[in-house]
Amino acid sequence: MTTMKLSLGPLQYFWPRERTLAFYREAADWPVDVIYLGETVCSKRRELGTRDWIALAAELARSGKQIVLSSLALIEAESELGALQRLVDHGDCWIEANDLSAVQLCRERGVPFVAGPTLNVYNHQALAMLMEDGLRRWVPGVEQGHTLLRELREAMQAEGRTMPELEVIAFGRLPLAFSARCFTARALDVAKDQCGFRCIDYPDGMPLATREGRPFLRINGIQIQGEEITDLGPELPVLRELGVDILRLYPQAEGMAEMVAHFHLARRSPVAPPRIGARNGYWHGEPGMRMTEAPA
Amino acid sequence: MQLVCPAGNLPALQAAIDAGADAVYAGFRDQTNARAFPGLNFSDDELRDGIAYAHQRGRQVYLALNTYPDSARLPQWYSAVDKAAEFGCDAIIAAEMAVLDYATRTHPSLKRHLSVQGSATTAPALRYAYERFGISRAVLPRVLSIQQVERLCEGSPVPLEVFAFGSLCIMVEGRCQLSSYVTGASPNRHGVCSPASFVRWEEHDDGRRSVRLNQVLMDRFEPREPAGYPTVCKGRFEVGGEIFHALEEPTSLNTLELLPRLAQAGVAALKIEGRQRGVAYVGSVTRTWRAALDRYRDAPASWSLQPGWQQSLSKHAEGHQTTLGPYHRSWH
Repeated sequence: MTTMKLSLGPLQYFWPRERTLAFYREAADWPVDVIYLGETVCSKRRELGTRDWIALAAELARSGKQIVLSSLALIEAESELGALQRLVDHGDCWIEANDLSAVQLCRERGVPFVAGPTLNVYNHQALAMLMEDGLRRWVPGVEQGHTLLRELREAMQAEGRTMPELEVIAFGRLPLAFSARCFTARALDVAKDQCGFRCIDYPDGMPLATREGRPFLRINGIQIQGEEITDLGPELPVLRELGVDILRLYPQAEGMAEMVAHFHLARRSPVAPPRIGARNGYWHGEPGMRMTEAPA
Repeated sequence: MQLVCPAGNLPALQAAIDAGADAVYAGFRDQTNARAFPGLNFSDDELRDGIAYAHQRGRQVYLALNTYPDSARLPQWYSAVDKAAEFGCDAIIAAEMAVLDYATRTHPSLKRHLSVQGSATTAPALRYAYERFGISRAVLPRVLSIQQVERLCEGSPVPLEVFAFGSLCIMVEGRCQLSSYVTGASPNRHGVCSPASFVRWEEHDDGRRSVRLNQVLMDRFEPREPAGYPTVCKGRFEVGGEIFHALEEPTSLNTLELLPRLAQAGVAALKIEGRQRGVAYVGSVTRTWRAALDRYRDAPASWSLQPGWQQSLSKHAEGHQTTLGPYHRSWH
């Protein structure tokens, strides 16, 4: 039985500088194989700037883990493009490309990249083309379940192609949507340009519930996440059989060391672990969220 | 600037052409396009008839093939590309790499426009689509400010098309899974958003109404309160103890007042959203924009916004409200 690797996905939330650095200092000792660093949601979050992330990457690389620098999912401003260019020019790390701008810059510079979950790869032809561009690893989008992955893998094999490394989101709140609008600023009734970086007060995002009190989504700046922390632990035997190489765990504010320990144990066991988070409906070809009766 | 109008069916196509559209965009009656709604879109024969109608009048027809096929369904998208070439479509509008690549290799003379679903917001992203697939135009996502559109016009390797009017997606197109999170059906894979088959209206004894999307409460309405279609992004939810439109109000994009700036920036085409809307919408909105564009072409220096234009457009807006949306910084 091959042991799957564990990765720490990019931090989706905005935490104070010291908290972020302390988190990663601790993570250096966790049994994860890959750490993704960088801001993927909002370029205004500068407790750590591009230079700081690159410096942190160099520091963490000494732990022997692979460090990947993640790019913004939505790039609009020239300054954001400049920051992306600095990540790519850095050269020592692979890039997690979360939009086509990052793919193109990596392609132009010959830098290997990971296709992040917002890149919209749905079939083997798209994957093969991105491999020509320098893709080394693929993180499927949130809505892509085991059937799509199985068919894609078979189609690759039928054409005599080799799959790149496959990394699947195994734990965390799913990133569902991105906008030019900041929903945190909207909820606090402040303008985006004068937001006061208030998302720093919500280390796990801001809960959004339906009008009958059912927890539904999380507001995280310009990003919307599902409320539920999804957990593919019980599906590990299927992931293994599908040839998934890496399990991605998204950082949450509390209890990450325990989560990593849980998945570390699970990946070495032939028996699936009990579910500790929510069932991910997408994986089974269903709605992503749990469909239960609404509370009274 | 070219005026590109929606054609959900043959009568709408004819209405758009008659009202002065330079081009219309249409889709097949299946999941190969992002308006795969029941009762909408074109059979092969209808599309042939529509193309003939447009070409006889010197106008163009673009075929929307802007969803994301998985490996098993690729042949269906390829076949749609073949038909676009065979029927004489003037361009396809596509987002997915395999579809664009197939069209590039198989029908190099069939023009390829990068769809808004391709989520290209920067010059490098546009460069990628240009170098990889030889696109001749790109449609920009509705997330950029007018300043960003102007800058992109300078740095883009291809002419750009922007959304001018219609329903407003507030999320980056091609990057929104809110519909599939709740219903399992997504714009990218199935060409639908919050499909009607999942919508349930509930009438209460006190005259109030509730609307659910696959059991999840999207909103409640007082008696006589206008109620819009329950896409997730336009529902009312509770955040921090308050109930409000946490993502966006039911409102439509209307950029008419920006027409001169868009023209001066070098925008190649203005797109009207609304293949799901009827003949009356398509005809009226097209006529208004045609009049505004003609007035600008004839006398750009003295162009000004006519109240009649705005009144006419507002009638067709969601919730009868319009916004400049992301074009205007304060929207963000």
